Amino acid sequence: MSIFSAENIVKRYAAHTALDQVSVEVPRQSVFGLLGPNGAGKTSLIRILNQITAPDEGIITFDGEPLQPHHVEQIGYLPEERGLYKKMKVGEQAMYLAQLKGMNKREAKKELKAWFEKFEIDAWWGKKVEELSKGMAQKIQFITTVLHRPKLLILDEPFSGFDPINTNLVKSEILKLRDEGATILLSTHNMGSVEEICDHIALINKSKKVLDGPMNAVKEKYRSYTYELKFKGNVIGFTNALWTGFELLESSENEGTNTAKVRLLHNNTLNNLLETVLPHVAIESVHEIIPSMNDIFISAVNEQNPTDEQDSTDH
Amino acid sequence: MNKIALIIRREYASRVKKKSFIIMTILGPILITGLIGLAIWMGLSDSTKHKILVVDETGTEEVMGLFTNELENTSRISFEYTNKDITNEGFEESSYTLLLRLNEKVLTNKAYSLFFKKTPSINVQGYVKSQLEKIIERKNIDDAGMTPDDYYKIKPHITLDLYDIQDTSQKSHNQEIAAIGFGFAILIYMFIFLYGVQVMRGVIEEKTNRIVEVIISSVKPFQLMMGKIVGIALVGLTQFALWIILTMALTAVIQPLLLPDNLDPVALIETNAQLAPDVLAEIQAEKGQEELNYFSELILHRVNWGLLIGMFLFYFLGGYLLYASLFAAVGAAVDSEADTQQFMLPITIPLVFGFLVAQFALQNPEGPSAFWFSIIPFTSPVVMMVRVAMGFDSDTVWQLFLSMGLLIAGFLFTTWLAGKIYRTGILMYGKKVTYKELWKWLFYKG
Repeated sequence: MSIFSAENIVKRYAAHTALDQVSVEVPRQSVFGLLGPNGAGKTSLIRILNQITAPDEGIITFDGEPLQPHHVEQIGYLPEERGLYKKMKVGEQAMYLAQLKGMNKREAKKELKAWFEKFEIDAWWGKKVEELSKGMAQKIQFITTVLHRPKLLILDEPFSGFDPINTNLVKSEILKLRDEGATILLSTHNMGSVEEICDHIALINKSKKVLDGPMNAVKEKYRSYTYELKFKGNVIGFTNALWTGFELLESSENEGTNTAKVRLLHNNTLNNLLETVLPHVAIESVHEIIPSMNDIFISAVNEQNPTDEQDSTDH
Repeated sequence: MNKIALIIRREYASRVKKKSFIIMTILGPILITGLIGLAIWMGLSDSTKHKILVVDETGTEEVMGLFTNELENTSRISFEYTNKDITNEGFEESSYTLLLRLNEKVLTNKAYSLFFKKTPSINVQGYVKSQLEKIIERKNIDDAGMTPDDYYKIKPHITLDLYDIQDTSQKSHNQEIAAIGFGFAILIYMFIFLYGVQVMRGVIEEKTNRIVEVIISSVKPFQLMMGKIVGIALVGLTQFALWIILTMALTAVIQPLLLPDNLDPVALIETNAQLAPDVLAEIQAEKGQEELNYFSELILHRVNWGLLIGMFLFYFLGGYLLYASLFAAVGAAVDSEADTQQFMLPITIPLVFGFLVAQFALQNPEGPSAFWFSIIPFTSPVVMMVRVAMGFDSDTVWQLFLSMGLLIAGFLFTTWLAGKIYRTGILMYGKKVTYKELWKWLFYKG
């Protein structure tokens, strides 16, 4: 069962439609990537999930029930535009945000202390936010988002502005939270940055959903059966051997080692390819070229909209 | 704990803990009592000694004899006489502070010229004038062949006492009482501006800090807006209460230093309040204390303080709520305080206008402008205070109820309107918003 589903969501603003019949289903205990260029409608969808705005049409279900105001306490949200009260003390502020999420004082304090210890930031409790560096503030923001153990964690562009150390810290925390039972929805325009941690994805472009599904299924669908081979030996013999069963996309040579990209044709397998070329060259390595999320996005958009591929990558 | 209560508490605590709040709370009463004290002290101890040179250029027997040595000296004002003219430069260098020139036409024109180095106070001018009048009067009595006794028998001396027909037992003090109401009107006007702008700043701060979206994922934007407005209202009431307490304490300390015992109005009011009416009347009859007793009687008995303070709180809160939500909407629509100008005008105009009408109402508390603008919600918080001070009777009390009802309806309306703008505005960044845009926001689905 999914923790959260949105069916045929439509959101219109005065001049444009931000979401046009968008449906997504977020499976329980997964890391769900909501991907798409800036302006595609990701933040509009997320704001609807957080009940910051309401959809003009469509049905939203959370944990088996229609979405209701009290559900906000089971959702943790890290918006793209995020910040803290500069003049407030770190501890006070974290307590305030936790209580707004429905935690009581004692509980909030206990959990906060634990997180502060985990992130090794206990010393900041009494400091004002304006005294903190950006990286420090980001840690506080992350803690306040996950503190109340939400069932669903929504992170909008979570890594923008994070330094690499914090990015890795947050990535590993995300996976840990998933393993403990939470569901995480990540939204980003930087598709490469979340590829490794997403289980499911949905691609959104120009207010419409282009593609969704489990990560491995999507990758399978857009698999191009292209392999990169490194070998030593006769390039001409190698090329001739490929004949009509395989397509040589490109080849290059560097210090006696050749690199070639070959695509399988006519239901040939990798084994067939190796059998064909082995008599001619000495293979050093073989690996499949897996399409990146960016490539998948571009092909998905082109499939859907073959006429206007010019501006399909960004708005 | 209720979330809106959490927001109110944060808004309240973060403001009353600020240094600026503490400084203003302490400085306010010091400034008020200081200024009043200074004014009283200067008034009482206007210790400038005036030496007035009376120059009689007429040379005529008639005028000369009349004034010479006839103007009475006091401890602070002394007159010296000459019939030699003195140049401006000569006067400048002399030790005289004032120069009174008399010419042959003074008796017919009844105009006198007083030259000064520094403008003399109203008191000094009044004294010189009264001295001259006294002499002319005496001469006229003499010329008419009367005795002064006859003259004073003929000369009418009347006082005009005003009575309100609705309240026949008592003299009317409408003007004075309206002035007290006007004082409250000024307070309301000031507080709406001061704290309305604080609401606006608070909203802009949340927007520029980018905290707002985090908060509204936990609470409704409307709750956040109302929490802020109510929290700041409590800050305002706290400051107001502290000002009153501190001002009273300071006045109690400063008064004995400034005023001689028999002039201490506080003591006077207190003793008067404890005395039976006939004793009071007796004391009032005593010359010299008449003015003060009149004042204390006005303050103590003529003003319906219960109504006035109750209505002050009502109109302060009503007016504040009406305007604060609009200030919040402006804060939400802009990215920085510098952009607020264009949206501030429609808020400022009715407030300032209400203040102007309140001044007219002071002159004519029962005129049509005072009536209408004390009913209309945008101006009523300021204008109505003047009328409230004067009280209502059974025939006019409907006006008060109508005004109160409309004010409640008014702030419900502006809060609803502002809530819609606020909700959309706080999530808009980096966009110059126009009125047309605001209008569209009203119809977005929340």
